[in-house]
Amino acid sequence: MTFNRRMFLGTSAVMAASLAAPMVRAQGKPRVIVIGGGAGGATAARYIAKDSKGEVDVTLIEPTRTYYTCFFSNLYLGDVKDIDDLGHSYGGLAAGGVNVVHDWAVGVDRDAKTVTLASGGSLAYDKLILSPGIDFVDGAVEGWDLTSQNAMPHAYKGGSQTELLKAQLKAMPEGGTFAMVAPPNPYRCPPGPYERVSMVAHYLKANNPTAKIIVADPKPKFSKMALFQEGWNNHYAGMIDWIGEDFGGGEVSVDPGAMTVTIDGEVTKVDVCNVIPAMKAGHIAEIAGVTDGNWAPVNAADMSSKADPDIHVLGDASQQGDMPKSGFSANSQAKVCANAVRGALTGSKVFPAKFSNTCWSLIDTNDGVKVGATYEATDEKIAKVDGFISQTGETADVRKATYEESEGWYAGITADMFGASV
Amino acid sequence: MRAFQYLMPFALVGLMALPSHADTGDAELGEKVFQQCKGCHQVGASAKNRIGPHLNGLFGRKAAGLEGFKYSKSFQRAGAGGLEWHADTLDVFLENPRAMTSGTRMSYRGLKDAQDRAHLIVYLRQFSDNPANIPEADPTAQAVDHDLDPAILALVGDPEYGEYLSGECTTCHQAAGGDDGIPSITLWPEDQFVVAMHAYKNKQRNHPVMQMIAGRLGDEEIAALAAYFKDLEN
Repeated sequence: MTFNRRMFLGTSAVMAASLAAPMVRAQGKPRVIVIGGGAGGATAARYIAKDSKGEVDVTLIEPTRTYYTCFFSNLYLGDVKDIDDLGHSYGGLAAGGVNVVHDWAVGVDRDAKTVTLASGGSLAYDKLILSPGIDFVDGAVEGWDLTSQNAMPHAYKGGSQTELLKAQLKAMPEGGTFAMVAPPNPYRCPPGPYERVSMVAHYLKANNPTAKIIVADPKPKFSKMALFQEGWNNHYAGMIDWIGEDFGGGEVSVDPGAMTVTIDGEVTKVDVCNVIPAMKAGHIAEIAGVTDGNWAPVNAADMSSKADPDIHVLGDASQQGDMPKSGFSANSQAKVCANAVRGALTGSKVFPAKFSNTCWSLIDTNDGVKVGATYEATDEKIAKVDGFISQTGETADVRKATYEESEGWYAGITADMFGASV
Repeated sequence: MRAFQYLMPFALVGLMALPSHADTGDAELGEKVFQQCKGCHQVGASAKNRIGPHLNGLFGRKAAGLEGFKYSKSFQRAGAGGLEWHADTLDVFLENPRAMTSGTRMSYRGLKDAQDRAHLIVYLRQFSDNPANIPEADPTAQAVDHDLDPAILALVGDPEYGEYLSGECTTCHQAAGGDDGIPSITLWPEDQFVVAMHAYKNKQRNHPVMQMIAGRLGDEEIAALAAYFKDLEN
């Protein structure tokens, strides 16, 4: 075969076209920007890219290169999982056609429909999906602010804070005291603080059995309370002192310098203090002007913001009705949102919203419990349809099966968020 | 035939309450039906585990509950989830083994005749504790027709709708077909998918998450999901 001039020109033209292709295509294609690469954002980006088969230009803005899940992070505290088990890269999303930009989104211009990046660039969108997770309410716990997070970690976002809390737990002196300041409703992962108490107790029982745990809680009751209290009695009798609202659990202040916690006027010196303050929508939602109070109200049918039909808010940051703030919920909302956004941009069929959630918690090795429900979209909110919860007194076989199921769920949801690992 | 006589009052109560039924079983006829089970299962005085587990003391036994028999993962999961063998669960299982446990190694297509199932259940019941001694013993002699309406099985699902609905499945069941504590549903034959989902919906399978999810899926939606997952390539 000879290499003639015509072929040469043809090849060059193809090469030139392929180099220019992303820009050329992007100008003609509808653009979706997703801010936040967690359970809501990663899922939405992946589903829009996957289902539109290249018809929609999808950009995901996420500052971290490795995402550490907040769900299952308690199992790392309890020595049940390694930190590496919780880390996920964005390679699978990029391979699936999502343009992944590792940067902070610092501004949203809703009139110009652009997002400003910390690095100075600006990106245009037709539809913007915000899935920024949570930030903390200033002044929620007296004596604590973000500058105290090294002395008294919140460990309520996955990654370095989780590792810091684990290091402090390991460094506790024999017979020391681990304190937790639990958050008021509504907050991310309702059973999370209590699973954390369980996993910390699990760690201490094995490594520091005379240590104590005190929990100051502004609430009179909490998610799966009967199940956790049964488990604490069964596995960690005498170790955990839960001080609820009725006993002054809401009257709490901390001193990160002196490492003291004051509960209802009583000062206690502690060795580790995990402060989980009151929460609000991730800051970018506030910057975009779609919050009302601490959260961003949305329409249940498609998760669109009540303030702007071209912005959708997913997961913990949204105020949607009856669903708990969980990774499972965010993933479920993301698929409804992805279907609606793709329909609006490409005319694809939009199916009615359907939501579901299940939260598994681990109390001790192979002692798993769960709570779940299904939801539907009404005019006012996402409304609960049906639900179930694990029962107290279940057999060890049932609890072990529940835990194994939670491991299956972890593998499932992370594959669903990030695509096949590469 | 003593066992048969004891069972009569229970069976009659059942007949009044249930919409579709077979007549009371006969243990002697059940023994003839059991001929087709004998290749794998033994029952009676000298019965041992063979290809299948022995069937002495079957009633009230947890699924996958015999020590020393290697059960399928699917059955172990069903047992851990609370499945026990009683007349009603046996009746569902015998009619279509895969309705109850998709991964069972029991290579038996099922006993479609409700009357034959009733005979077989009465026969097997004799090798468990005598019901006369157990006030709450199973009314074993009567079988109900659970078979799915053929119209439901004949529904042609819309895979595009199934793809959308599958989002609710893939939070737990990996689309790529991995199996790490939650079974794979990718490339599942369509009819088995439909039968299994209706078994959850009708609470013949006992997993609470799946009863909840399947409970609000309509016949068309189940057909759509089955149509989507049967061909899912990754």
